[in-house]
Amino acid sequence: MVPLDYYLVLSAIIFAIGVVGVLIRRNLIVVLMSIELMLNAVNLTFVAFSNSLGSMDGQVIVFFVMAVAAAEAVVGLAIIISVFRHRQSLDPQEMQLLKW
Amino acid sequence: MVASTATVAALDVLRWIPLIPLSAGLFNVFFGRRLGGKTAGAIATAAVGVSFGVALYVFWRLPATGVFRDLWYTWIESGSFQVNIAFQVDALSAVMLLVVTGIGFLIHIYSMGYMAHDDGVARFFIYLNLFIFFMLLLVMADNLLLLFVGWEGVGLCSYLLIGFWYQDPKNVIAGNKAFIVNRIGDFGFILGIFLLVTELGRQGIWTLDFTELQKHVQLITPAKITLITLLLSVGAAGKSAQIPLFVWLPDAMAGPTPVSALIHAATMVTAGVYMVARLHFLFILAPYTLPIIAVVGAATAFFAATVALAQNDIKKVLAYSTVSQLGYMFLAVGIGAFSAAIFHLFTHAFFKACLFLGSGSVIHALQGEQDMRKMGGLKSAMPQTYWTYLIATLAIAGIPFTAGFFSKDLILWKAFEDESYGLWSIGIITAGLTAFYMFRQLFMVFHGSLRADDHTKAHIHESPPLMTVPLVILAVGSIFSGWLGAPEYLWGSVWDQWLQPVFGGGHSAEHAPVTTELLVTAVTLAVVALGIYLAYARYGRAEAAVPATAGGTGLYRLLLDSYHIDDAYDRLVVRPFTAASDWLARVFDPGVIDGFINGVAKLIRGFSLIWRETQTGNIQHYLIGFLAGTLALLFYYLRQQ
Repeated sequence: MVPLDYYLVLSAIIFAIGVVGVLIRRNLIVVLMSIELMLNAVNLTFVAFSNSLGSMDGQVIVFFVMAVAAAEAVVGLAIIISVFRHRQSLDPQEMQLLKW
Repeated sequence: MVASTATVAALDVLRWIPLIPLSAGLFNVFFGRRLGGKTAGAIATAAVGVSFGVALYVFWRLPATGVFRDLWYTWIESGSFQVNIAFQVDALSAVMLLVVTGIGFLIHIYSMGYMAHDDGVARFFIYLNLFIFFMLLLVMADNLLLLFVGWEGVGLCSYLLIGFWYQDPKNVIAGNKAFIVNRIGDFGFILGIFLLVTELGRQGIWTLDFTELQKHVQLITPAKITLITLLLSVGAAGKSAQIPLFVWLPDAMAGPTPVSALIHAATMVTAGVYMVARLHFLFILAPYTLPIIAVVGAATAFFAATVALAQNDIKKVLAYSTVSQLGYMFLAVGIGAFSAAIFHLFTHAFFKACLFLGSGSVIHALQGEQDMRKMGGLKSAMPQTYWTYLIATLAIAGIPFTAGFFSKDLILWKAFEDESYGLWSIGIITAGLTAFYMFRQLFMVFHGSLRADDHTKAHIHESPPLMTVPLVILAVGSIFSGWLGAPEYLWGSVWDQWLQPVFGGGHSAEHAPVTTELLVTAVTLAVVALGIYLAYARYGRAEAAVPATAGGTGLYRLLLDSYHIDDAYDRLVVRPFTAASDWLARVFDPGVIDGFINGVAKLIRGFSLIWRETQTGNIQHYLIGFLAGTLALLFYYLRQQ
C-alpha cells in the first residue's frame, strides 16, 4: 500500500507544473493542456483521499470534474480555433486588446 | 399695544388690502397681454381703488386709541420664537395706508393716460400693483421681518420700474444703481435686525413683533441700542435717499414719470421715515442716534436744495427737491418730532406727487422733452397743468394756508422749540432755497416764451382728463391736507391728537408763547418770500428766463454736477471695486482657483499614468496576480490555524 503522502506530493508537483505552464507558455493549446494537468492533479488528490478514507464521495466528484473538463476542453478548443482564424497566431502575449 | 390703553381688535378684512392688488397683478401676469393695455390698466387701477375703499373703511372703524390686527397664519416657528404673517393697523399705519392706496390709486388713473401709447402697459401695471402690494406689506406688517419683506419688495419693484424702458442701457444702469445703493442700506438694516433679535434673545425674549419689542426693549443695554439704531438708520438712509446714500434717487428719474411720483416721491422713499417712526420706542432710547439722524437730515435737506438750484432737467429738480424734503422729515424724526415727520410725509405725498405728475404732463405734451431750457410759456397751452403745478409749487414753497406751510413750519417750529438753533437755521435757509428753485422751475416751464422747436410746438396739447383729474385732486390735497395739522394759534391740530396714542405726547405741557411761534413763522416766510423774489428777478421776467446753456461759473457747474459726488463715488468705490473684480477675474480666478482645481486633476492623472502600467492587457500577467493573491490568502489562513 502506497502511503497517502506520496499521492499528495505527486499531485502537488503535477499541479505546480500545470500552474507554471499556464503562466509562462506561449502557445494557447499548451496553456489549455496545462489547465487539464491542474484539473487532473486535483482529481488524483480526490481519488487518493477517497481510497484512504474509504468514502466514495471523492470518486463521484472526480466524475463531475472530468465531465466539466471535457466541456471546458471543447469550448476552449473552439475559442482557440476561432482566435487562430482571426489572428494567425496562438501567442497569448499578442492578445492584448483589453489594454488601455 | 402702543399706548397702554390701546384696545386690540381682530379685523379679518385687513389682509385683503394688500391681497387685492397682488391678485390683480397676478391676473395681469397671465391675461394682461391678451386683454390689452387698456383693460389691464383698468383692472390694476380698480384693484387699488378697492384697496383704498377697504382702507377707508378700516380708517373709519378704527377707534382713537385702538389697533386692528389680522393674524393670518404662523410663518416661522422655532421654540418660543414665532413670526406671523399678521397685519396691524394703528393710527400711524392707517395714515400710511391711506397715502399708499389713495395716492397710488390716483397715480394708477394717471398712468392709464400717460402710458397709453406704450407697448408694455400690461407689464407696467403688473409692476405697479406688485409695488402697492409690497408697500402695503411694509406699512401693515406687525413684525420687523414682514416689514423687511415689504422693504425688499418695494426695492425690487423700484428697480424693475426704473429700468422699465430697458432697451436703453442708461435706464438699466440707473436701475442697477438704485438697487445696489439700496442694498448697501439694507445690509445695515438687516444687521440691525439681527442684533436686535439676538440681544433680546440673550434676555430670553425671542421676538420680532413690534408690540413685544416695545414691551421689552428696555432690557437691552444703551450701548447696544445705539448700535442697533445706527444700523437701522443706515437702512433708512438708503431707502430714503439721505447722505451718503442719496445718489440713486436722481438717477431713478430714468423710470416713467408716474413711477417717479408714486415710488420716488410719495411712498417708497418715505419708508425710511416710516420705519424710524414705527420703531420710535427704540430710537428714543438711543441718545446718540437721534442727533446724528437730525444732522444728516438737515445736511441732506440743505445740500439737495442747493443742487436743485442748478438743475435743468425738470425731473432732476423734483428729484433733488424730494431728497431735500426727505431731509426735513429726517430732521423732524431726529429731534423726536415723529408726528411732525409723518405729517410732512403726508402733505409731501400730495404736493410732490402733484408736481411729478404735472411734470409728466408737460413731458407728455412736449414729446418726451425734459430740458427746461427748451420749455417756457406753457401756461396758456396747458392751463389745468399750470394751475395745479402752481398750487403744488406754492405748497412746497410753504405759502401760508397750503399744506407745505403747515407741515414744514411745524418741523421748523419743533426744531426751534428743541433749541436746535443750528438745525433750525439750516431748515430756514433750505426753505428759502426751496422757494427759489421751485419758482425758477415754474417760470422756466410755464412763463416766458416757448423755446421748443417747431415740430414739438405743433404737438403741444393739454393732457387728457385721465391725467388732469388726478392732478386736480392732488392739487386740492396739496392745500387742504395740511389743514389737519394747523398750529394752536389757528384752529389746532387734529393730527397730533390722532397720532398721540402711537408716539405718546407730553410736549404740550410747556408751551412756548404764541408770539414766539408767530415770529418764527414770520422769519420763515420772509426767507421764502426772498427766495421767490430772487427767482422772479432772475427767471420770471420775460426773456431773461433762459439760463446759460454751457459754462457758467464754477459754483454753478459744481451744483449742476451735484458737488461731483457721483464722480467721487465712481473714483473711490466703483472703479476700485471694478478694478479688484477685474484682477480677480483675470489673475486670481485662472491662477489660484483654476490652478488649484487643475492641480488636483493633474496630480490624480499623474498617479494614474504610473498605475496604469500594471494593466498590460496580457492575461498571463493577470494570472500571476491571481496566483499571488491566492497564495497570500492561503498563507494567511494557514497562519491563523
